[in-house]
Amino acid sequence: MKVLVPVKRVVDANVKVRVKADHSNVDTANLKMALNPFCEIAVEEAVRLKEAGIATEVVVVSVGTKAVQEQLRTAMALGADRAIHVETDEELVPLSIAKLLLAVQQKEQAQLVVFGKQSIDGDNNQTGQMMAALADMPQATFASEVKVEGDNIVVTREIDGGLQTLKMPLPAVVSVDLRLNEPRYASLPNIMKAKRKPLDVHTIADLGVTLKAHQTVLKVTPPAERKAGIMVSSVEELVEKLRNEAKVI
Amino acid sequence: MSILVLAEHDNAHLKADTAKVVAAASAIGGDIHVLVAGHQCAEAAKTAQALTGVTKVIVADSAVYANHLAENLGKLIIGLSADYSHILSAASSVGKDTLPRVAALLDVAQISEVIGIESADTFIRPIYAGNALATVQSLDAKKVMTVRSSAFDAVASTGSAELVSVGDALDARTEFVSQTLTESARPELGNAGIIVSGGRGMGSGENFAILEQLADKLGAAVGASRAAVDAGFVPNDLQVGQTGKIVAPDLYIAVGISGAIQHLAGMKDSKVIVAINKDPEAPIFQVADYGLEADLFDAIPALNNLL
Repeated sequence: MKVLVPVKRVVDANVKVRVKADHSNVDTANLKMALNPFCEIAVEEAVRLKEAGIATEVVVVSVGTKAVQEQLRTAMALGADRAIHVETDEELVPLSIAKLLLAVQQKEQAQLVVFGKQSIDGDNNQTGQMMAALADMPQATFASEVKVEGDNIVVTREIDGGLQTLKMPLPAVVSVDLRLNEPRYASLPNIMKAKRKPLDVHTIADLGVTLKAHQTVLKVTPPAERKAGIMVSSVEELVEKLRNEAKVI
Repeated sequence: MSILVLAEHDNAHLKADTAKVVAAASAIGGDIHVLVAGHQCAEAAKTAQALTGVTKVIVADSAVYANHLAENLGKLIIGLSADYSHILSAASSVGKDTLPRVAALLDVAQISEVIGIESADTFIRPIYAGNALATVQSLDAKKVMTVRSSAFDAVASTGSAELVSVGDALDARTEFVSQTLTESARPELGNAGIIVSGGRGMGSGENFAILEQLADKLGAAVGASRAAVDAGFVPNDLQVGQTGKIVAPDLYIAVGISGAIQHLAGMKDSKVIVAINKDPEAPIFQVADYGLEADLFDAIPALNNLL
């Protein structure tokens, strides 16, 4: 079984971004970039499926500028066999990404597509579900446990209020949650090996996909600042303030 | 222009989130219809009929919708979609699972976690863990969006909408196996007026008992940071943050939580924030209205005694 893992290059999770002065976007120039944490978990799960003898090949794919090849190399250092880069300088909405990923999935005939549940920049939580819909595949989102049983996949999902287990036939789409696994670190030998693994570059045109404009970002603004609070010196003072000043208890 | 709202319910009860999404729909303006899809969900439908501003409740009652699977729920909405300019749901686990499927099948982009309505085609949503707000104008004919329910006040229950049933039951290839829900007598995290949250500083799951005692005295819900969930102190559905629940209660008490970007994303719109932490440098103090630098194992029992 071939597993396809879409990955995204995002601003590192520990960096607090600032909005540009002209409110056109957030300023990402010179910021540390990384593999989206949820995508890292997706890669780890696919590699574990390979190590368990269930997956035969793990292919990672990313849509974006030439710089995303850095994250594709990272994913290969974590154990993916090869990479596909769909090169574009445009900022695309999740639906457009899903259409491109569908074209790659069909080309590769991957039986399982493992997504991160959301990217930490756009916070959309859409792409996996959209690709599943376009491919008319069943989906299991927000997975915290994945088991492949023959031609079926059994997934435990994190839902509001608890956990839910679903079973569905392959091919299927899974999107992963934080609790699924603990991603490994890439060792230096593996980073060196990843440099020699195959990386194919495609354009939107050669995948045969036509995209359209869906939305315009009118502006990006900073959220309202909270005004500085006060430090209290004792529990008594805290209770007094909450009762008489804030009037919340 | 008509708006379809996907109801959030557990078959027996309509969740308060639905009344908040209806409030967002009212801000867009137009005829509001609510879809209640489930199994033996008459009670939930009845509550939906009373929501102010709703003119019609569409009920799809069948065993195939019992577990709100995205596959058949998505198709059901597609079948109804011709009559609607906007399709809304709460940004809940069901809404986030289902609506992107609907949007993709309609070939429109989805707008996630809307917190503000500028006009019928322009919406505000947070990006980068809430560190920026994007104002987005949709160019699509139909607008499919999930609504952050903490950003809207629930509508009242003064209405009496008509009730119609849809006959088709659409099967899914996905098979429901089992479900385990966290049992709690405390208020639901998303709708609680007060939330008491614990982090890594709690040290263990047993130590959460003192927070639960505090929560019970305040009639509060209990939340947690990712560190507390990962350490196994509490179940994951209590996680507050970018990837957990987004809350905005009147009072949020953060105990032993440092205040990482991802946690702040889930609670910084709370009206009053209290931080109790022994590290005076903890970032949580930068957003707290009232900060107490103290060992939580001294402060929480003292607080429990005072309340």
